[in-house]
Amino acid sequence: MVTLRMRVNGTTRSLDIEPWVSLLDALREQLDLTGTKKGCDQGACGACTVLADGERINSCLALAVQYEDRDITTIEGITHPIQQAFIEHDGFQCGYCTSGQICSAIGMLAEHGAGMPSAVTEPGATGLSEAEIRERMSGNLCRCGAYNGIVDAIKEVAR
Amino acid sequence: MKPFAYVSAPDVATAVRVIAAEPNAKFIGGGTNLVDLMREDIEQPDTVVDITRLPLTEIEELPGGGVRVGALVRNSHLAAHRLIRTRYPVLSQAILAGASAQLRNMATVGGNLLQRTRCPYFYDGAAACNKRVPGSGCDAIGGFNRNHAVLGVSDDCIATHPSDMCVALAALDATVEVQSVRGLRRVPLADFYRLPGGTPHLETALEPDELITAVEVPELTAPSSYRKVRDRASYAFALVSVAAALEVTDGVVTDVRLALGGVAAKPWRARQAEAVLLGAPATDESFRRAAEAELEPAVGRPDNTFKIELAQRTIVATLRRLSDRSLGVGRMA
Amino acid sequence: MTTTETQSPPRERAVGQGIDRVDGPEKTTGKARFAAEFPYPDLAYAALVHATVARGRITGIDAKAAEAVTGVLSVITHLNAPVLKPAPARSMLDLSTMVSATSVNYLNTDEVHWDGQPVAVVVAESLEAARRGAALVEVTYQEFPAAVDFAAEEANAKPQKNSLLGAGSAKKGDAEAALAAAPVSVDLRFTTPPHNHNAIEPHATTAIWDGDRLTVHEGSQAIAWMRKHLALRFGIPERNVRMTSPYVGGGFGGKGLIWPGTILTALAARATGRPVRMMLTREGVYRTVGGRTPSIQRVALGAGQDGRLTALIHTSVTRSGKVGGGPEQVTGAAGHLYDAENILLQQNLVEMDLIPNTFMRAPGEAIGTFALEAAVDELAGELGVDPIELRMRNEPARNPLDGKRFAHRMLREAYALGAERFGWAERTPEPGSMRDGRWLVGMGVATAYHPSVQFTANVTARLSADGTVVVRCGFQEMGMGGATAQAQIAADELGVPYEAVRVEYGDTDLPTGPMAGGSAQTASIAASLLAACAKLKGEVLGLARRSGDSPLRGQRLAGVEARDGGLYRLDRPDSGESYEAILSRAGRPYVEAAIGAESGLGAVAGQVRFMAKFLSDQRRWVKAACGAQFCEVRVDQDTGEVRVSRWLGVFDVGRVINAKTAASQLRGGIVMGIGMALSEETLVDPRNGRVMNPGLGDYHVPVHADIPPIDIHYLDEPDPTMPLGLLGIGEVSITGVAGAIASAVHHATGKRVRDLPITLDKLL
Repeated sequence: MVTLRMRVNGTTRSLDIEPWVSLLDALREQLDLTGTKKGCDQGACGACTVLADGERINSCLALAVQYEDRDITTIEGITHPIQQAFIEHDGFQCGYCTSGQICSAIGMLAEHGAGMPSAVTEPGATGLSEAEIRERMSGNLCRCGAYNGIVDAIKEVAR
Repeated sequence: MKPFAYVSAPDVATAVRVIAAEPNAKFIGGGTNLVDLMREDIEQPDTVVDITRLPLTEIEELPGGGVRVGALVRNSHLAAHRLIRTRYPVLSQAILAGASAQLRNMATVGGNLLQRTRCPYFYDGAAACNKRVPGSGCDAIGGFNRNHAVLGVSDDCIATHPSDMCVALAALDATVEVQSVRGLRRVPLADFYRLPGGTPHLETALEPDELITAVEVPELTAPSSYRKVRDRASYAFALVSVAAALEVTDGVVTDVRLALGGVAAKPWRARQAEAVLLGAPATDESFRRAAEAELEPAVGRPDNTFKIELAQRTIVATLRRLSDRSLGVGRMA
Repeated sequence: MTTTETQSPPRERAVGQGIDRVDGPEKTTGKARFAAEFPYPDLAYAALVHATVARGRITGIDAKAAEAVTGVLSVITHLNAPVLKPAPARSMLDLSTMVSATSVNYLNTDEVHWDGQPVAVVVAESLEAARRGAALVEVTYQEFPAAVDFAAEEANAKPQKNSLLGAGSAKKGDAEAALAAAPVSVDLRFTTPPHNHNAIEPHATTAIWDGDRLTVHEGSQAIAWMRKHLALRFGIPERNVRMTSPYVGGGFGGKGLIWPGTILTALAARATGRPVRMMLTREGVYRTVGGRTPSIQRVALGAGQDGRLTALIHTSVTRSGKVGGGPEQVTGAAGHLYDAENILLQQNLVEMDLIPNTFMRAPGEAIGTFALEAAVDELAGELGVDPIELRMRNEPARNPLDGKRFAHRMLREAYALGAERFGWAERTPEPGSMRDGRWLVGMGVATAYHPSVQFTANVTARLSADGTVVVRCGFQEMGMGGATAQAQIAADELGVPYEAVRVEYGDTDLPTGPMAGGSAQTASIAASLLAACAKLKGEVLGLARRSGDSPLRGQRLAGVEARDGGLYRLDRPDSGESYEAILSRAGRPYVEAAIGAESGLGAVAGQVRFMAKFLSDQRRWVKAACGAQFCEVRVDQDTGEVRVSRWLGVFDVGRVINAKTAASQLRGGIVMGIGMALSEETLVDPRNGRVMNPGLGDYHVPVHADIPPIDIHYLDEPDPTMPLGLLGIGEVSITGVAGAIASAVHHATGKRVRDLPITLDKLL
């Protein structure tokens, strides 16, 4: 058992944890922050996306113990215009992938703002086109098929 | 996941000392592959040595025009770095073609080099797999093998190496710097990966106690690009990918680097094709001839024979676009 | 979002508006709790051990290593499991029996019926210990020969009389003879692979026993049926079981039946005396929850030179498990879409030693319309006729099989509007004739079709003196927007603001709702809710009439309307009273109306009423949602990669309750259809029946980058035979999608791919 500190949604939390516990399970099962979802537990769906020091990561493939002293933001710690945009553009149906989509979108906007390219970025291009949003968000699956609404919500907030 | 002891290494010296002292230890970086493999009980280390706090996160320009990349530089940062985007578009594009943004934010350069195959029979504990359990057989041969290798295969294993980044590094003649208690050594990427042969469980030239500390990439002047062909538009492993750099002078190929992904147990440097191309006219015919020469020894299975043709077409298409660009032909949509 | 012009309603109604879904704030802040997220003190975790043979008998289980794992509480196997009663036989006389996904009595038998069947459950103090324990349980088997290779079993398929709520075969005239005599014909074989639902929420259960009372939190599409099933299996009264399912993280049919995870979580909780939570691993979902059957289909069409169909033959082979599953209505749409003189439909089924199939979004129709619609496109090519024109020439006035009336049919209008909005006229018919740089461009169309059904629903509605309304019905919400839609309906019926209505659902403590399946939930509840609201208004009016000084004195229900939070006379619109005034004068804090009976004779009567209505509807008319799907694809000239670049669907789904959520659901079906067309396939190893891609990395559902903007239109004409004129929308939009894409790919490349998915290797 390891004792570690982590800032979660702005509050320092202390965890007594086995080193093989994932950040996702630590959040859900120990801190009762169940807004972060488990969809595949293998980095293939993005439902577990959280922000670590502002960068989006898949918490299912992160060992909690590796994130000592890091700043973790989950959906419970987010107040951002994109949440209302998701509602207005119906960017979800069942709601299970939504926390991950929202965290991912916030991380993505920051990456784009910092000038980080994507696989579809043309040399010299800086805009956030629909194609850019779709490529950059492709790590977040939505089986209900709310992709159009998600892209619209992000477009609105990015404006 | 099998329980393990966790050690966070504060510096390289400690990291290599710990790994040398523990008989069944593994380094962990971003964890994107290792955590998954441990959860599936394919990897079962007794000790996990966390190296994410080591100071190996620099990207430096080398005097000769090359670049040195610390092993813990994360994939997303490498792809976005100005030096990489301007001098090695092929490397930036390859990284961005792989995985998802979240995974690229976690994954390290060193970890990417050591990714293990995504062969479903390797992942399934109920299946026979010589890579997972030496001598147990290969259920992929005679099973589902649409994603499997056609080059460098053996009767014991037809798995592919899943990385995109490494395909670009293979084309770029990168060198891997590794360190252990015995000291530092440098392994050319061409010698870093092993073909399966009769020992598919042995994948690299890395000793169990060695730590990858950096990757060096020599200068590249030729225009380069990466083309990945896959079943989804994003977030899928390559069926075939091509990393290419091509310099054309007066209609003749004066420099060429070509490597293939998705077709072999390792990032596949296409030396045969390069030999055909160098000095040849930069035409579709040359490109096709070169591609055919490279794929000539390919062995297809019922599900993956298409890769032989697909690889050739992708080589031709990638070279054609590079050649058009160096000739100043407008880019196609 | 656009709709065709309709007469503007007399006043602002909630129905039809694109109101934000009520659970939006909960779902966008992470507050919505799903089945695996209910905290309990002393909670234990469970994990499954799966069989690794397709058919056999367990000869030994070594649990020592698992039991030695720190934190493991119990390893439950057939050697020590509590006794479970067997699953009830499935019978149409008691629809709740349909919820048995399989007939296997888990951990009460040493028999293995499919690769993946649970053979042990490990319960532990932590998730990690449970999984570690499960990995260490050693099971040995005596293996028996097993039928696991679908292609090899084709010859053993047996003709089916029935399928899910429909016929398994139909015949008009002599289609084979007409086909042989037809001047133009196609006779084609299509194949489709198995599919899995892949709801992003893996199946999850939290089970808590208190003596002989069981509480289960479950992601479920059928809480009432599952509750009854659990009561039967554990030998306790139904009233002792409570199932809640406030949020379901996607279902698509996969959470409609009761699969082993649910039963075994309750069993593990019983065995250990602890509250137990089990979320299946993604692999566990593939191994223990059925999916869509693969199919082999024949579609043969014969036509005169004028394009009028003389023969239509559609036959299918699908599979079920030997321990469950059944036929799906693969050839259903073929009986309703084309006015052929001679028709032959026949479904065939082979039972195999695999996990039973189960319904997945438009079971049968999704894959059946692929073959049928792709074949119609091929016939259009043979005839040299535009594929829309060919369909219009064969659009029937009455049901082609038997001359029954259509309750509602606007396919012509759907195609006309779609062709105009999509720009179909710009399509040059010659395959390979449209290009954009390195991309070959193709356009395709197909018809979407899905029958409409209705289940029974018990509903209560309570109108309080403050003008607020509570609607209670134990239905399920997997993202369709059920609570939002029912609130809109109640608001209009009672003349209160939409915000004044609260809808309670997802709990068996509520009046029994319908299962969420067959695109039937919204209409089923609406029918009862309309009746409940009418009863409420009647009661309120009764209270008013009994009072001497009410302006509503002497009025009948037909003479008043509900609006502005009260009842007002139709003949004198300024004359009426608020609910508040009526109820407070009567000294009533609220009035309540209930529709449907919960137990005893009343429940049986409800069941009988359902069957009677179902059968009489079937006799009287054919009712269905339909639509026209238009798509544009781009195919890379070098690599054969297919990308969908444009989509437009025009749907005839009766009246739309919520413009926003309806469009989303229709889009969702198209997205799933794009996956089915281009990338989705469950790989079942024909050597041993084992699923070899049990994960989202290897089973390719569409990602953001695969999906273009999807333009949805609907005709918004009420169906006269349905409550409020609404037709189900959950499934219709996946039908036809793969057919449209296959046709567009042919238009782009000249290649016909009749085997899904249309991956690039089939185009090289």
